[in-house]
Amino acid sequence: MNGRRIAFRNARLIDPASGLDAKGGLLVENGRIADVGPRLFNNADKNDPEIIDCRGLVLAPGLIDCRVFTGEPGSEHRETLQSASEAAAAGGVTTIVTMPNTDPVIDEPSLVDFIKRRAAATAKVRVAPMAALTRKLAGEVMTEIGLLQEAGAVAFTDGDRTVANARVMRRALAYAGTFGALVVGHAEDPELTEGAAMTEGEFATRMGLPAAPALAEAIIVERDIRLVELTGARYHFGQISTRASLEAIAAAKARGLPITCGVSAHHLVLNELDVGTYYTFRKVKPPLRSEADRAAMMEGVASGIIDVIVSGHEPQGADTKRQPFGAAAFGSVGLETLLPVALCLHHEGHASLSHVLKALTATPARILGLPAGTLAKGAPADLVLLDEAEPFVVDERKLHSRAHNSAFEGRKFQGRPRMTFVGGECVYNAG
Amino acid sequence: MTSASAAPILRSSHLLGIEGLSAPEATALLDLAETYVALNRSPEKKTALLKGRTLINLFFEASTRTQSSFELAGKRMGADVLNMSVKTSSVSKGETLIDTAATLSAMRPDILVMRHYDSGAAELLSRKLECSVVNAGDGSHEHPTQALLDALTIRRRRGGFNNLTVAICGDILHSRVARSNIRLLSMMGARVRLVAPASLLPAQADLFGVEIFTDMKMGLAGADIVMMLRLQLERMAGAFVPSSREYFRFYGLDREKLGYANPGALVMHPGPMNRGVEIASDIADDLNVSLISEQVEMGVAIRMAVLDALARGMK
Repeated sequence: MNGRRIAFRNARLIDPASGLDAKGGLLVENGRIADVGPRLFNNADKNDPEIIDCRGLVLAPGLIDCRVFTGEPGSEHRETLQSASEAAAAGGVTTIVTMPNTDPVIDEPSLVDFIKRRAAATAKVRVAPMAALTRKLAGEVMTEIGLLQEAGAVAFTDGDRTVANARVMRRALAYAGTFGALVVGHAEDPELTEGAAMTEGEFATRMGLPAAPALAEAIIVERDIRLVELTGARYHFGQISTRASLEAIAAAKARGLPITCGVSAHHLVLNELDVGTYYTFRKVKPPLRSEADRAAMMEGVASGIIDVIVSGHEPQGADTKRQPFGAAAFGSVGLETLLPVALCLHHEGHASLSHVLKALTATPARILGLPAGTLAKGAPADLVLLDEAEPFVVDERKLHSRAHNSAFEGRKFQGRPRMTFVGGECVYNAG
Repeated sequence: MTSASAAPILRSSHLLGIEGLSAPEATALLDLAETYVALNRSPEKKTALLKGRTLINLFFEASTRTQSSFELAGKRMGADVLNMSVKTSSVSKGETLIDTAATLSAMRPDILVMRHYDSGAAELLSRKLECSVVNAGDGSHEHPTQALLDALTIRRRRGGFNNLTVAICGDILHSRVARSNIRLLSMMGARVRLVAPASLLPAQADLFGVEIFTDMKMGLAGADIVMMLRLQLERMAGAFVPSSREYFRFYGLDREKLGYANPGALVMHPGPMNRGVEIASDIADDLNVSLISEQVEMGVAIRMAVLDALARGMK
């Protein structure tokens, strides 16, 4: 193949993997990063390849979103891999890590293969599927972790379900450890949170909504930390939302346990009060927490105890969201707001731009063992060109996702992608 | 010559496990078993060493080869052999193990061979009965005659145990065969490795002084003997292992994995085998590498040696 060459010049290069944050240029060849550096393409040359003048905007690795629910297979009316990839591209996300909570559940090697083939045929961005940890997500019988891994599953999770049975979890962790597989857990005690729509507290009490105590999360976090200590498995908490969880994980990391964790964008900038008058787009799982817990999430990302920021993208339709709050489905779309929400950490002075981007690129790549998330020579040319300062208002009518249930509808943010590249191909251009 | 007048071999009047057995005792049993291998290959297979003695086989778990091996061993030694099948005994009517033992004791047996699903059952019986007790497998604890017959098989093929690496592969967690073999082979000077997914390894398995591998290819590299264990069907339904096809893919012995072992490596299995789960048929049936039939033959000889040795201590 005759390699297509693209030269990015006049960029602010940020590569959190290497710590690079400098003006310079980048050369793409054959879909990979061929060269990168401060003096590259300083002066335009008629022999240069196709040139993109970045005009001082940030050129960074494309985002890796570790927590994306799609509707394919089974709920294609909400979201397909194709429509999710459109939203991802518009959000600067070049790899979506899909959750196995589909119909059928991704618990068979052939279904992992299906996702990969559908993604290759229809999606604009890379799709890295997670497979179920237990069959049918029932929390009873572990899946074929070895065969699923060979089929291409990047991690094992029951998505937004907690494996309630500690014996099952213990054996699944031990077995996963045998294959060096990453287990991604969801921390909500299923019995304590049964039927709950909110976090317990004054607000839920005033609203008269069924609520569960926030410690339902820390109970499972503490349990799973102990099980990791017993089994030695690699474990990632898909998303945490409370200070108690953060402190438990900080202590576990200090003890050297192979544990990492993520936080959803909405838990960084929204709290329980944002539910307002029963606003179902802000009904998420786990529920929005107290302001103190929200602030702890910002601190957690800034300190690095929280490793990654995820969208928790969960498309829902009018059928599931236009309901009384208690009956409405959980979830918010988030692929297109992940970057702007995460940038709040930077704009509010909690963390450097590079630190924020690291939690969206290099760190998820390292945890999942993906080759992306870096501007290193030879890496896939998955790139986002972003304007960190551009203000905008989230408008559901402009979302690319098939579902429009954004918890951030009408919110103002600063910073969004201008262009997105996957393997050197432009998949999004804001114009 | 009567057995009672021959040189004593065992200090104990029971064989409850490899633990408690010394290396000289084990070696003496293997040596004695060699004479029974020869006897069993001759047309006249009987001795009268246990003439007049009574042996009771009490099996609380179904077993074809161990029970028939003990039965044949007892008969060839000249003893009267009674097989107590639990299905037709009063145990199935709710009698406790101790009461069953007391009843049997009153019948004045000389040797009681017992298999039981609870670890420690043979030990319990030995404290309650006058006669010698042979443990034919108790729970996940010990199966001493299996280890001895495995050792005899190995010694006959390899001449000894020094510088020999034995990889025991499979369901270590639940295996009494593994525990007895680990103890015996280590004591005799072999290097023992365990190969299993972490979900089938007991806690602190390395306490036995063995090496642990969760990757079978790495575990087999450099092995002279590959000892496969049976994976109970109910344990591959997801509780310990997700499926039999995944188990075979990563822990079943096939040509590719065996290729990592030393050239000329030999394969053992205590039986009964799950073909296509823990072992590929072409290996199980390959007489150049499989010692499986030989193990069964050695089983009878070892059990005759054990009965002989126990009889030597009897009044």
